[in-house]
Amino acid sequence: MLVLNFLRYPKQLINELLIGDWLIIILSLVGIFYLFQSLWTNEHATKVQISVGNEIYATYSLNQQREIHLHGKLGDAVISISQGKARFSQSPCNTQYCVHQGWLSHAGQVAICLPNQISLELLAERKLYDSLSY
Amino acid sequence: MKPIQIKTSADDHRIAKLAAFAIALHMLEAVIPSPLPGVKPGIANIVTLYVLYQYGYNTAAWVSILRVFASSLLLGQFLSPTFVLSLSGAIFSLGILWLAFKLPKKYFGPVSLSVLAAFAHIAGQLIMVRLWLIPHAGVAYLVPIFALAALFFGLVNGLITSRLLANDWRKMANNE
Repeated sequence: MLVLNFLRYPKQLINELLIGDWLIIILSLVGIFYLFQSLWTNEHATKVQISVGNEIYATYSLNQQREIHLHGKLGDAVISISQGKARFSQSPCNTQYCVHQGWLSHAGQVAICLPNQISLELLAERKLYDSLSY
Repeated sequence: MKPIQIKTSADDHRIAKLAAFAIALHMLEAVIPSPLPGVKPGIANIVTLYVLYQYGYNTAAWVSILRVFASSLLLGQFLSPTFVLSLSGAIFSLGILWLAFKLPKKYFGPVSLSVLAAFAHIAGQLIMVRLWLIPHAGVAYLVPIFALAALFFGLVNGLITSRLLANDWRKMANNE
């Protein structure tokens, strides 16, 4: 009922707040905005790390356009790097999940081709946490 | 056999009554489904805040802690993770309330205290979650959402408390 009263007379609500209350509300909003900014950023990746089987095959910069031909367990796969993004462009696997995942550009994103045992992971300058190896 | 008698003071009775109020609100809230686990309005904190202004800090602390223990017993959560989170939240917000109650009342009303206590509550819970339940940096992802919820519900609870107290807290400011 109190809440309804406030909705009916918004002016009462304003009267209820003191200058310090406003200060705290505004500071909290700024703080929350900053929290969203710093904790929810999708940092753009700068490198891509390619693994074949258990081993890291190579790490490439995302700045240079290139096509990487790899030999996996099933056959040959192609990974493309272009304009800060990377993807599987060809894979010999049946499901083609890795190819359908498309272009990856954010740090921490991963494309894994299980049948062919090739995976790529996007890295930022600073290593973000990952939920895969935890 | 002689029955055991515990001497109770008027203060004890008052604390018991107020705690009962807080427990009732806590029970009410336990039935309301939450969109996100952990996001709750915390309407029982209205009682804590009201008591703080009307009867002082010690009574408020008693009411808050008693509410946590009794509610967890009633809901069958005593000593479960839920109870530990609830307790750590209550302890943190009592700590903040102790500090915030010293702020000049001419500028900082119940709304300030409510918002600060809500932040402290969620901070206490998240620290516990991070250290004990989910020791993983991914918990940080949830911080902004919980902070936003804390601000909103802290604001609403604070406004309700301020209305409930009518002008009592303004008198306190004038006496200061």
